[in-house]
Amino acid sequence: MNELVELWLYLSASPLFGLAATLGVYVLAALASARLGQPPWANPVLWTVLVLAALLVASGTPYAAYFAGAQFIHFLLGPAVVALGWLLWQRRAALRRQALAFGVAALAGGAAAAGSAVLLGQAMGLPVEIVAALAPKSVTAPVAMGIAERIGGVPALAAVFAVLTGLIGAVTAPYLFDALRITSPAVRGFALGTASHGIGAARALQVHPDAGAHAGLAFALQALLAALLLPLALRWL
Amino acid sequence: MDGVDPLLGRVLEGGGVNPVPPRPGTPAPALAGLALLLGCQLAGELLARATGLPWPGPVLGLLLLIGLLAAGLWQGPIAAACEVLLAHLSLLFVPVGVGVITHLDAVARHGLALAGVLLLSTWIGLAVTALVLKALLKP
Repeated sequence: MNELVELWLYLSASPLFGLAATLGVYVLAALASARLGQPPWANPVLWTVLVLAALLVASGTPYAAYFAGAQFIHFLLGPAVVALGWLLWQRRAALRRQALAFGVAALAGGAAAAGSAVLLGQAMGLPVEIVAALAPKSVTAPVAMGIAERIGGVPALAAVFAVLTGLIGAVTAPYLFDALRITSPAVRGFALGTASHGIGAARALQVHPDAGAHAGLAFALQALLAALLLPLALRWL
Repeated sequence: MDGVDPLLGRVLEGGGVNPVPPRPGTPAPALAGLALLLGCQLAGELLARATGLPWPGPVLGLLLLIGLLAAGLWQGPIAAACEVLLAHLSLLFVPVGVGVITHLDAVARHGLALAGVLLLSTWIGLAVTALVLKALLKP
C-alpha cells in the first residue's frame, strides 16, 4: 500500500502523468462518443475535463502538477490559432462571395454574445474582473486569454469561460436551432463557430461536412474580428 | 528533366499518388509547416511587443500566415501542418478546461449567476448569428 502511495507521488510529480492522462482520457472519451453515435451530450472534451478534474480533486493533485505535463498540449493552441489563417485562406472564395452576410452575421453574433454576457454579468452583480473575463468568451480560449489580459479580466477564468461556452454551444445548439426552425447546415455551422468557437466547430464537423466548413470559417473569422475589435471597443467603455 | 532527382522532385511536389517518405535529411512537409506556424506566431508576438498593438501575438501571426499564403509561399507544408493541428483541435482545450479546479471558490460563490450568464449569452449569440445569416445569405 505504501509503495503504491510512493509510486503515485512520484508519478503525479512528473510531467509524464499530466500528458499521458490528458491523451489517454481524451482517446477513451472520443472512442466512447463514437461508439454511442456521437450524441451532443457525449462531447469528448466535456467528459475528459470532468474525469480529469474529478481525478485531480479526488487525489489531491495540484493543478500545477497536472499542468507540468499538460502544457505540452496546451502550448499547441498558439500555432493552432495561426493555423486558422489557413482555414480563412482556403475559404476565401466563399468569404468573398458572401462577404456581407458572413461579416454582418459574425459581427452581430459576436457583439450579441459579448454584450449580453457583460450586461447579464453586471445585472447579476458579478465582480468587475469576472465580467471582463466573460466578454471574450465566444472566442477560442488562447485568444480569449490574450483579450482578457488586455481588458483587465483574469486570463485563466476567461479561458475556462471560453471552454464552457464552447461546450454549452456544442451540447445545446442542435435543440436551439430546431426550436428556431433553422435547418440549413451552413447556417447552423456558422452560428456554432461564431458563438462556440473551436469546440462548436468540432461538433459541427461531426454532424455535416458543410456545417463543419462554415463553422471553421466562422470560428476563425470570430477569433480575428474579436481579437481586433474587442480591445478597441472596450477602450471606450 | 533528366537532371532532376526523381525522389527529390516528388517530395517537392508533395508526394503524389504514392507519397514517398522524405529522404534522410529532408524535413517532412508537416514539420516544415509547423516551423512556419511557430515562426509566424513568434513574429506576431514580437510585433505586438515592439509596437504596443492591442492585439494578441498569435492573431497577428494568423494575419502573417495569410500574407505568406497570398504571396504563394510554402503552401504545401503550411497545409500539411494546419491539417494535423486543426484535426485534433478540441483536444487542445482540455488542459485549460481542467483549470476550472483552480477557480472552484469563484464557481462556488457565483456558480448560479455564472451558469445563467454563460447559458443565456451563448444562446443569444447562437440565435442572433443564425437569424442574421439566414436573412442575408445569397442563394
